[in-house]
Amino acid sequence: MSSGAELTSQEYIVHHLANLKVGEGFMAVHLDSLGWSIFLGLVFLLIFRSVAKKATTGVPGKLQCAVEMVVGFVDESVKSTFHGKNPLIAPLSLTIFVWVLLMNAMDWVPVDLLPHLIHWTTGMELGDIYMKPVPTADPNITFGLALGVFILIIYYSIKVKGVGGFIKELTTQPFGHWSLYPVNFLLETVTMLARPLSLALRLFGNLYAGELIFLLIATIGLFQLPIHFLWAAFHLLVIPLQAFIFMMLTIVYLSLAHEDH
Amino acid sequence: MDINMTLIGQLIAFVVFVIFCMKYVWPPIIGAIEERQATIADGLAASDRAAKDLELAQEKATAQLKEAKLEAASIVDAAKKHEAKIVEEAAGKAQAEKERILAAGHAEIETERNRAKEELRAHVAVLAVAGAEKILERSIDAAAHSDILDKLVAEL
Repeated sequence: MSSGAELTSQEYIVHHLANLKVGEGFMAVHLDSLGWSIFLGLVFLLIFRSVAKKATTGVPGKLQCAVEMVVGFVDESVKSTFHGKNPLIAPLSLTIFVWVLLMNAMDWVPVDLLPHLIHWTTGMELGDIYMKPVPTADPNITFGLALGVFILIIYYSIKVKGVGGFIKELTTQPFGHWSLYPVNFLLETVTMLARPLSLALRLFGNLYAGELIFLLIATIGLFQLPIHFLWAAFHLLVIPLQAFIFMMLTIVYLSLAHEDH
Repeated sequence: MDINMTLIGQLIAFVVFVIFCMKYVWPPIIGAIEERQATIADGLAASDRAAKDLELAQEKATAQLKEAKLEAASIVDAAKKHEAKIVEEAAGKAQAEKERILAAGHAEIETERNRAKEELRAHVAVLAVAGAEKILERSIDAAAHSDILDKLVAEL
């Protein structure tokens, strides 16, 4: 599905990895990533809210069964890892899991489908169309999620342990001696910062790589179809696994934030 | 990497979605699930209880049946005994009646015989007197000879 004879493979890939961007520098916004992200989040909330509104304690309908399966799965994951009492953790995990799953699932949309649809409906030149529909292959999106989790980690660390307790945790371990407190602080700060970084980069890396391979496959001509199928089938594992990992690590980090040493 | 306002937008969307989920999505669904779980648990417990109750009732019914059979057997026994007693009594009564009737019969026969004897004696006396008169060709003063006649009658 090469988008045009006038493009080389490299140009084709670079074009497909570029976002639909409005604005300059830091004030720029990726309309495609953010738009799809918000759209998929709304899809998730609308479906789940429609079930929640008419949730029956009797015999559930098929949609309610499906939603309850997801909710039950998330609830079990939370209960097995997070032992405190916090009404935020479970809904937060559910939102992360389903939202990230839906955003990852955009990876299955053929890489040229949306640009061509836009081309056919609006008549825009394919070379002018920028549409990168996988939000989680955009570091802004994954870092946005990870930053939200990071803020919660800091918030609950301070709320549970107090400012003093939080600083103490950052400075008095792993080495007990006072002369090593600066070293401790350095180590703990790196550990603390590594959490959101690893969360964001893991998700971004997996989906970006997946998208890149799809684009590479798209450049090889006639034999791309079976290979596309194989790569898409492989993503049956990657897409839910990455969503699950993001959710589980969020629960683990928040559980650590609640623990008093 | 091109980090820009998209990140902030995503962060805001994240916060809004999580708050919405926490307020309007999670509580009703998990509430429904937990309530249904409680209902199912109650139902299972109730069915367990019912099964136990049924077992108890069956045991009780069996015991009552056994008791009833025993009682019926004892009633039949008593009835048989009573019957035998009645038959025995009836036989005894019949025997006594038979003896009474026999005795009465004997007594009647005896009185009848005595009466016939007396009658015969009276007739014999009259015949004897008439015979004697015929022999003596005279009348006998009955009063004067009554002692002889009485002796005669007594000898008969």
